[in-house]
Amino acid sequence: MIKQRLFAQKVNFSLLKIAAWINGAALAIIVYFILSRGWRAISWEFLTKPPTDSMTAGGILPCIVGTFLLCLVTILIALPIGVASAIYLNEYAVQGRLVRLIRLGINNLAGVPSIVFGLFGLAFFCIVLKMGVSALAGGLTLGIMTLPVIIGASEEALKSVPQTYREASLAMGATQWQTIYKVVLPAAFPGIITGSILGLSRAAGETAPIMYTGAVFFTPDLPGSIFDEVMALPYHIYVLATAGTEIEQTRHLQYGTALVLIALVFGMNLTAIILRSRLRKKVRT
Amino acid sequence: MEIKMHTRGLDFFYGDFQALYNISIDFGINRVTALIGPSGCGKSTYLRCLNRMNDLIPGIKVAGEVKLDDSEIYDPSLDVVTLRRRVGMVFQKPNPFPKSIFENIAYGLRVNGVKDKSKITQVVEKSLKQAAIWDEVKDRLNESALGLSGGQQQRLCIARALAVDPEVLLMDEPASALDPIATQKIEELITELSSKLTIIIVTHNMQQAARVSDRTAFFYMGKLIEVNDTDTLFTKPDLKQTEDYITGRFG
Repeated sequence: MIKQRLFAQKVNFSLLKIAAWINGAALAIIVYFILSRGWRAISWEFLTKPPTDSMTAGGILPCIVGTFLLCLVTILIALPIGVASAIYLNEYAVQGRLVRLIRLGINNLAGVPSIVFGLFGLAFFCIVLKMGVSALAGGLTLGIMTLPVIIGASEEALKSVPQTYREASLAMGATQWQTIYKVVLPAAFPGIITGSILGLSRAAGETAPIMYTGAVFFTPDLPGSIFDEVMALPYHIYVLATAGTEIEQTRHLQYGTALVLIALVFGMNLTAIILRSRLRKKVRT
Repeated sequence: MEIKMHTRGLDFFYGDFQALYNISIDFGINRVTALIGPSGCGKSTYLRCLNRMNDLIPGIKVAGEVKLDDSEIYDPSLDVVTLRRRVGMVFQKPNPFPKSIFENIAYGLRVNGVKDKSKITQVVEKSLKQAAIWDEVKDRLNESALGLSGGQQQRLCIARALAVDPEVLLMDEPASALDPIATQKIEELITELSSKLTIIIVTHNMQQAARVSDRTAFFYMGKLIEVNDTDTLFTKPDLKQTEDYITGRFG
């Protein structure tokens, strides 16, 4: 009897283990796939030169710069609005119908397909607000898409701040705003910043929201400001793989670009993890 | 006895649930009053009515009179921020901020608009001395408060509360998370502070109530059963119910 039960336990634990391992394996396979096909394309020239010969040779510098610019606009718009919303919802708002409605809105915003964000950005930012196709319009679109992620992460971080900190502060005659600003936010900061970087790294790899709003097929010059249209890493991969002049011939460039994009995203995630553990140490000890 | 604070006919509700019934107690100036009773009897809820800390909970309702000196603290014209500066609080679990020892004490001054650095330094030292922890922390003021032991953290929290110069200090089972030696230090501190402050302490340790308080109020099921001088209440209680509780027959 006991043997049977132990056997059942062993089988079930093995299944759980396999499920967990599938995650790691999926990532390892993707990385290996891209690394093995893309590493040959990586060179100093690839990283520092614009594409040449109808994008069948040369580098991807404008795409790297464009993606950075888009990310910059995204975080500048999404971080303040996201954190402010989270503070309102978690610290200040009277929990009731209005707050439930706002939360419902945020949850649904998170579920909107990215291509719909792209169309919205085109209609609203590019046309109604007359921004045209620009890093600004693309970044704003990505920013709105990233908002639910940042709000979610910030709310989690705020919830993890012990209630006794707030009580202690209020009990000394601090106002609610002083309590939020001087006690709650500093304690929640590591979580907020980590969640925001993770949200941003997701946005950096998006194609659909920027294909109508910020990114273009090809531009030989680097963007001069956020009002210029830009090339972007994910869109460049899409273009080379589906609409380029020589799709087969540029395979290594496609994988090379994918490798750079993945390195960028991993780099951001790694930064988030390191930042979190550093800030936590600083706060906790 | 000169009265610093009192409640008359205080009722308190969490939504539809009535947690306190008709509580009337006088708190003498610079006296220690202990609130005792079994868990869930409403003594902490009552304490939190006195600095309006219960305001943080949605759906509460307060009826009756709560006065600090001559002002009704639930009067809409009364500023709750000022009230809480005058009526300080120390919590059950030590809850220093994740900041340096110095900044923990300076916090109350800063939020109340004190900018003068030398004044802040001076008050930090004075408060830490009042809370009998200065000698232990004077060489590490810039280190994190979270590195202190539980007992030290609680004395730091008392110092933090003292820094804004409150007139009344509410203590919600301040020693229940501490070991006997740390508890003894807190009790000595309470006795010492009572020369300048009105102290109201919730405790479920009856020996502690007997040791530190001048007056004791016994709560049961949201009602005030008996309130009297501590010596009288513990030796000749008026009611059988009080006697049963203090002799350990229930609770």
